[in-house]
Amino acid sequence: MAITMTSAAANHVSRYLQSRGHGAGIRLGVRTSGCSGMAYVLEFVDAVQDEDEVFEAEGVKIVIDPKSLLYLDGTELDFVKEGLNEGFKFNNPNVKNECGCGESFNI
Amino acid sequence: MALLQIAEPGQTPEPHQRKLAVGIDLGTTNSLVAAVRNGETATLPDHDGQHLLPSVVRYTDAEPEVGAGALAQAAKDPFNTIVSVKRLMGRGAEDLKALGGQAVYRFAPADGGMPYIETVAGRKSPVQVSADILSSLKVRAEDTLAGELEGAVITVPAYFDDAQRQATKDAAQIAGIKVLRLLNEPTAAAVAYGLDEGAEGVIAVYDLGGGTFDISILRLNKGVFEVLSTGGDSALGGDDFDLALAEWFKDQLQLTDIDARLSRELTGRARWAKEQLSTQASVEVGFDLSGGGSSLTVTRELFDSLVDNLIKKTLSACRRALKDAQVELDEVSEVVLVGGSTRVLAVRERVEAYFKRAPHVNIDPDRVVAIGAAVQADLLAGNKPDSEMLLLDVLPLSLGLETMGGLTEKVIHRNTPIPVAKAQDFTTYQDGQNGMVIHVVQGERELVDDCRSLARFTLRGIPPMAAGAAKIRVSFQVDADGLLSVSAKELSSGVVSEIQVKPSYGLADNEIADMLKASYSNAEEDMHARSLREQQVEADRILISLEQAIEADGDVLLSAEELQHLQEQMALLLQLRNGTNYKLIEKGVKELAKASDFFAARRMDLSIKEALKGQSVDDIEGDV
Repeated sequence: MAITMTSAAANHVSRYLQSRGHGAGIRLGVRTSGCSGMAYVLEFVDAVQDEDEVFEAEGVKIVIDPKSLLYLDGTELDFVKEGLNEGFKFNNPNVKNECGCGESFNI
Repeated sequence: MALLQIAEPGQTPEPHQRKLAVGIDLGTTNSLVAAVRNGETATLPDHDGQHLLPSVVRYTDAEPEVGAGALAQAAKDPFNTIVSVKRLMGRGAEDLKALGGQAVYRFAPADGGMPYIETVAGRKSPVQVSADILSSLKVRAEDTLAGELEGAVITVPAYFDDAQRQATKDAAQIAGIKVLRLLNEPTAAAVAYGLDEGAEGVIAVYDLGGGTFDISILRLNKGVFEVLSTGGDSALGGDDFDLALAEWFKDQLQLTDIDARLSRELTGRARWAKEQLSTQASVEVGFDLSGGGSSLTVTRELFDSLVDNLIKKTLSACRRALKDAQVELDEVSEVVLVGGSTRVLAVRERVEAYFKRAPHVNIDPDRVVAIGAAVQADLLAGNKPDSEMLLLDVLPLSLGLETMGGLTEKVIHRNTPIPVAKAQDFTTYQDGQNGMVIHVVQGERELVDDCRSLARFTLRGIPPMAAGAAKIRVSFQVDADGLLSVSAKELSSGVVSEIQVKPSYGLADNEIADMLKASYSNAEEDMHARSLREQQVEADRILISLEQAIEADGDVLLSAEELQHLQEQMALLLQLRNGTNYKLIEKGVKELAKASDFFAARRMDLSIKEALKGQSVDDIEGDV
């Protein structure tokens, strides 16, 4: 079981953490919602919970709860630019189909 | 696929529910758009990595061109390339003449006050030109944030009046942007530094741009920013620093024959040298002249001495602004620097020395206003549900209406926090009056003529009643952007009339400050004028009612002698009424009232007799 992050993603996360001033790392997760069943969660972490799994990529902590890990195992978090837009992208091998915009998905 | 941004713990938005809100600094020279992303507030660059969008629009046969491309064509195509349109916002055709040298465009003959500029793409109003700038920023924001904008906070100078604010709002509407709020530029700069989170204090915002200087004194009290005073110089900025240095180059290089091209070259070199001196102690400036190459050394000391007078000018404006605000220098708790020209080290040092405290300089002074607007936009869009901050502004000038005799009745006083709604009751002046003109004015003076007229509308259908019996409730409502709507309602019949104040022309930059000053310096004169008008209204009232009474019952109740005497007294009062001594008028009104008492008494007797005619005593007792 593992979650990884590209260097581009790690660089951006650590920059954002720095400008935010505090935070232990980044939380990845899933929750039920959206037009296609599941939606990704991407948040700063202030408190790591006891049951959380913690991975590390280039010095940045990736925090994930065990239930979400079932859906995200093998995911690589990437940071990409598309024209003027830029942001994080979940490369999740478990996804069967996602809604048109990719904000929610199905397994 | 959609790209994700990092949210605060527990605040990941629902898919497709992200509310995209931006802050827009719609500037005279440059405009910017900023947004909160990944917990960071930053201005958004275009495809070339440029954050500043020159506020320039060039009209062609095809789509209008906005920004750097348009600016590059300005010299070649001056009539179709509109620069500094912000100076025209909310102005009437009359105001444009005052702009003098600015008016290089071909203005179309104005109808209804709003000026139009003739371009190859047809007539364009300043509102439309601004809308084109805003559209360009909107496209940039939506491309960057990958979604439709929920809305925007747009900043305006603190001295912008109602007309100028409304014009800005109209421009946003044309550009398809929902305005979450208009925010004063100095307030936005203070918000960017998080000063609104402090408890209270006086904040000086020193804004030195390329061509303009603004100083604003704000007071923060319980989360409300009150603009105590504004001041500045609309023709002083960093460009003048460049000119001063270019002038020195000319002297040193002993240049006499200077054409436009060389002049631009010298100013360009001066600008470059100025920017270098913000980070180093001296700079070598090379010149490629027809007589051969040459170079000059510019030290910081030299540059500082060249711009010393210009900085002094800004500091005297600060002194005046503090005086207007009735604030002592040591009451100022925070100083914020805005505008690219505050990068000049001499400016920072002198401002620090003057206010005796270190100014806030951490945020890029070109972007700080847009960043503050973005922080506010994020909040208003509801992206920070646990935040309680509700930023308020205040009304810059009192709002009121005209009462009989051309007097101003203030309904909402200046410096009232907005949004606000207030109502006041008025009544009719004559018997059977069936309409009332509501004339909405803005300003501090006692006479309507000295205030600014905002709108005029008529309440019709008041049922016939005796003078003073009708009750008309006039409600003023100012929304969070400082925009006004007024409604009037006759309470017994319920007839309503209302107006959204949308004035077509505005006040000049310094006029608000001047209007305030005038209200202080003319206080005594105003008081006299008010008393005079009040007595004139009294005199008119008694003259009109006596005339009506004489017409109705004069032949029955008055002897020829009595009638003549009354008419003489009336003529006397009329004479006094047209003079300027209100005390004499007051006396005259009393005398005429006394002289006509007997007539009033006879009229009353007569009307009682009329009422009793044909009724028996029993009927009357039954009523009692």
